[in-house]
Amino acid sequence: MTAVLQARGLGKRYRRRWALSECTLAIPAGRVVGLVGPNGAGKTTLLHLAVGLLSPSAGAIEVLGGQPDSDPRHLGRVGFVAQETPTYSALTVADHLRLGAHLNPGWDSQLAGSRIEQLGLDPAQRAGKLSGGQRAQLALTLAIAKRPELLLLDEPVASLDPLARREFLQGLMEVVAEHGVSVVLSSHLVADLERVCDHLVILVASRVRLAGDVDDLLASHHLLIGPRRDLATLPDNQQVISARHTDRQSTLFIRTDAPILDPSWTVEQVSLEDIVLAYMSQAAGTRPGRGPGLGVQR
Amino acid sequence: MIWLTWRQFRTQAAVVFGALAVLALVLTVTGLHLRHLYDASGIATCTTRGDCDPVTSAFMSNYSLLRQLLGPTVLVLPAITGIFWGAPLVARELESGTYRLAWTQSVSRTRWLTGKLTVVGLASIAASGLLSLLVTWWSSPIDRVNAERFKADIFNERGITPIGYAAFAFALGLVAGLLIRRTLPAMATTLVGYIAAQVAVINWIRPNLRAPLHATGALQPLPGAGAFKPGAQLTKPGDWIISSHILDATGHATNTIRIGPDAGCVTTRTCLAGYREVLTYQPAGRYWPFQWYETSIYLSVALVLVGFTFWLIKR
Repeated sequence: MTAVLQARGLGKRYRRRWALSECTLAIPAGRVVGLVGPNGAGKTTLLHLAVGLLSPSAGAIEVLGGQPDSDPRHLGRVGFVAQETPTYSALTVADHLRLGAHLNPGWDSQLAGSRIEQLGLDPAQRAGKLSGGQRAQLALTLAIAKRPELLLLDEPVASLDPLARREFLQGLMEVVAEHGVSVVLSSHLVADLERVCDHLVILVASRVRLAGDVDDLLASHHLLIGPRRDLATLPDNQQVISARHTDRQSTLFIRTDAPILDPSWTVEQVSLEDIVLAYMSQAAGTRPGRGPGLGVQR
Repeated sequence: MIWLTWRQFRTQAAVVFGALAVLALVLTVTGLHLRHLYDASGIATCTTRGDCDPVTSAFMSNYSLLRQLLGPTVLVLPAITGIFWGAPLVARELESGTYRLAWTQSVSRTRWLTGKLTVVGLASIAASGLLSLLVTWWSSPIDRVNAERFKADIFNERGITPIGYAAFAFALGLVAGLLIRRTLPAMATTLVGYIAAQVAVINWIRPNLRAPLHATGALQPLPGAGAFKPGAQLTKPGDWIISSHILDATGHATNTIRIGPDAGCVTTRTCLAGYREVLTYQPAGRYWPFQWYETSIYLSVALVLVGFTFWLIKR
């Protein structure tokens, strides 16, 4: 399987503070990948490194088989929508499209024009006067009309209202369906990712806590409720992500690929949000890679 | 890239070059009139008639306000373009986050910067160069009469040096913006740096661009009741007097010469005997070499700063 984005021991230091350290991950091609993690986990730094806005202080990163830098040919293959979807507030929507056409040799003006029309944006309107949702759509249009192989989006919907958020993600899904582009989407809002992502990477404090296809993750995580149990008595193939105990009852969040045979457990299905929250709130002392299959990278 | 830069820059460019066009119109009309006044004043032939003082002061009273206002604009415009065009050029992109949009298009950062530099940098240089050309032309009759164009405060405001100032101020703004990453502090830094450079060049660098000449001469009694003018007896009109000291008979510098009302020397006109004037100056013939030297110094510093910007932006 080919990786569109691969990092090995990747680190970025600002003066004395490491914004990202020893990050190792591989993001498969042809997927819509959700990159989740709490604020400060290094998501933005990772994406900036991937698009060449930053250069690594340690380790290496490969994007589409090459090192991201300011080489125009490489830049043309990666579309990027930055956090808060920056646009030039004094320029009109039409100016932005002309900007894209001037700066990108692979510019698809038909795609850009029809998208703007479809969104109902007035080409003569200044970008500064657009609503947050419209601005995000404009930024997305700029990123996809250059016809990239990989689209990186940094918290594109974080500041949007629920309706604009849904419209944005819908637009994104249409693009994916039509052009088969690989997407990496960072967010700290799991609900957004659940709707669009088929692969998930959880990043906590620079480390990959969990990576896998959404369907597999949902199938292999379970919530077990039953009489109070000592964790040491669990089968080896069950990895406890989190556990809560009352005097008489234990509630365990576990990962296992094997069926759960113990009849004393009530097994509940979990949502993607449950999984993300469980891994994000996992004790800081837990090292990734200790349990079986943690951080699956296929 | 040129298109984007021009699209972002055209309003500001229109304001400055529009103002320059209006000024050019005003200066052409008044400048032609000033030339007419010069020809009519009879200054060219005053030495043969011996009425130079009244004729000169009558001519110099023309357009005195415009003259005083015009000179400083030549010095100020490079600072303005440096502050308002140079400093925000990259700083605003960094501050507002649009660099993340600009630098992820299929254009290398080097090319992006080259486009910006070419359009805005050349516009800055052109604006100051044009203004200086206008003012130099307009003032030339006055400068001919005054013979003071080498003086520190006028040297700055004529000829080709403003081109160097504009390039330097622009490059300084650019580097400040890239290092500080915020527009307002970068603008302030540009202003401070520009003033500091001017002060340093005027006081320490320009006087020594070539070894200054020295002259020593006995202090002569003044003809008539005119005030003492340093160097008047030792230099030619148009020389730039850098410093002038008066030494007494024992070789000590002095500022005042006391002569009692009943001193015997008054009748014999020997009160100044033993006093000498010691001068440091640059002769008038060095005016254009000095213009070229100073311009090339500023241009070289600007080039170094621009090179530094290209190095910075890759990181």
